[in-house]
Amino acid sequence: MEWNFKNGIPIYTQIIDEMTMRIASGSYEPGEKLQSVRDLALDAGVNPNTMQRALAELERRGLVYSERTSGRFVTNDKGILDSLHEELAVRYFEELEDKLRKIGMTGEEITGAVNKWLADIK
Amino acid sequence: MARIEINKLTKEFGSLTALDDVSLRLEKGQIVGLLGPNGSGKTTLIKILNGLLTPTAGTVKINDMEPGVGTKKIVAYLPDRNALPDYMTTDQLMGLYADFFEDFNAAKAAAMIDDLGIDRKQTMKKMSKGTKEKLQLCLVMAREAQVYLLDEPIGGVDPATRDYILRTIISNYNEDAVVIISTHLISDIESVLDDVIFLKEGRVVLHDTADNLREEKGESVDQLFREVFKC
Repeated sequence: MEWNFKNGIPIYTQIIDEMTMRIASGSYEPGEKLQSVRDLALDAGVNPNTMQRALAELERRGLVYSERTSGRFVTNDKGILDSLHEELAVRYFEELEDKLRKIGMTGEEITGAVNKWLADIK
Repeated sequence: MARIEINKLTKEFGSLTALDDVSLRLEKGQIVGLLGPNGSGKTTLIKILNGLLTPTAGTVKINDMEPGVGTKKIVAYLPDRNALPDYMTTDQLMGLYADFFEDFNAAKAAAMIDDLGIDRKQTMKKMSKGTKEKLQLCLVMAREAQVYLLDEPIGGVDPATRDYILRTIISNYNEDAVVIISTHLISDIESVLDDVIFLKEGRVVLHDTADNLREEKGESVDQLFREVFKC
């Protein structure tokens, strides 16, 4: 899988975002064993300390867990995965709303547009 | 104890001050970018760390030792130009490294040399400029050293090899070693760096972690470099 890093944002936060997306989208499956820190760092072309820092944060958020001898795994906890989806949905809606507000749409117009869109895709 | 401790280091060449009151502490387990424009003192600093030049004032300690015979055992140095006898073949140079350096891992060197498609029977003289650079880097990185001093390791090689070299640096990463990479090709290496040091006219104008810089300044290390060193 390709990793692309943007300028001006710390790399470890970009790794956190990318891995969160992979977990949310199921490209890393629940319970899947992750590669070693070094292999992930190689894959992403980043410093192993940076990768380690990102994984520690993902662990803190409960998205991955480590087992002392056997490595790191994606969480199996359905509750965590569900709330991850909710969080991401909120984030995307915020981005969408932000863009629509920028082109001058009111809350009402946005609701209208969203409802129309949902009706159309059904 | 820091792996490398530089205290008020000054180096003068006649009336020219190449390094001006430089103090740095570098801990093990780090990959450090020594960044600065041409003539900013990068190579001078690396040569002092390697014992090829002596300070005019100030002190340099590697594992609490002054650069010398003791430190050469643990410091792997890639010079900015070829320093190897070019009448030797790849195989002979591997033998030379094995003779000189206890920490040389011949199997590792052979694997890298084969990965990069370097002819083992060819003399260095007949190799292209890029291949010479690749070969030297393989030899240096195959040492299991505690300090790697890489002076412009990616300057003369093509982008695919550049990626291979960066991957080599990552895969050789060792918690006990410190890797110092001097370069002005920043965008290529910045994702690999822990720490960034900007040298300007012989002075350290900035020393921070790469991610802190991105966070605080909202730009890449490369963009920041272009600003600080704008001509």
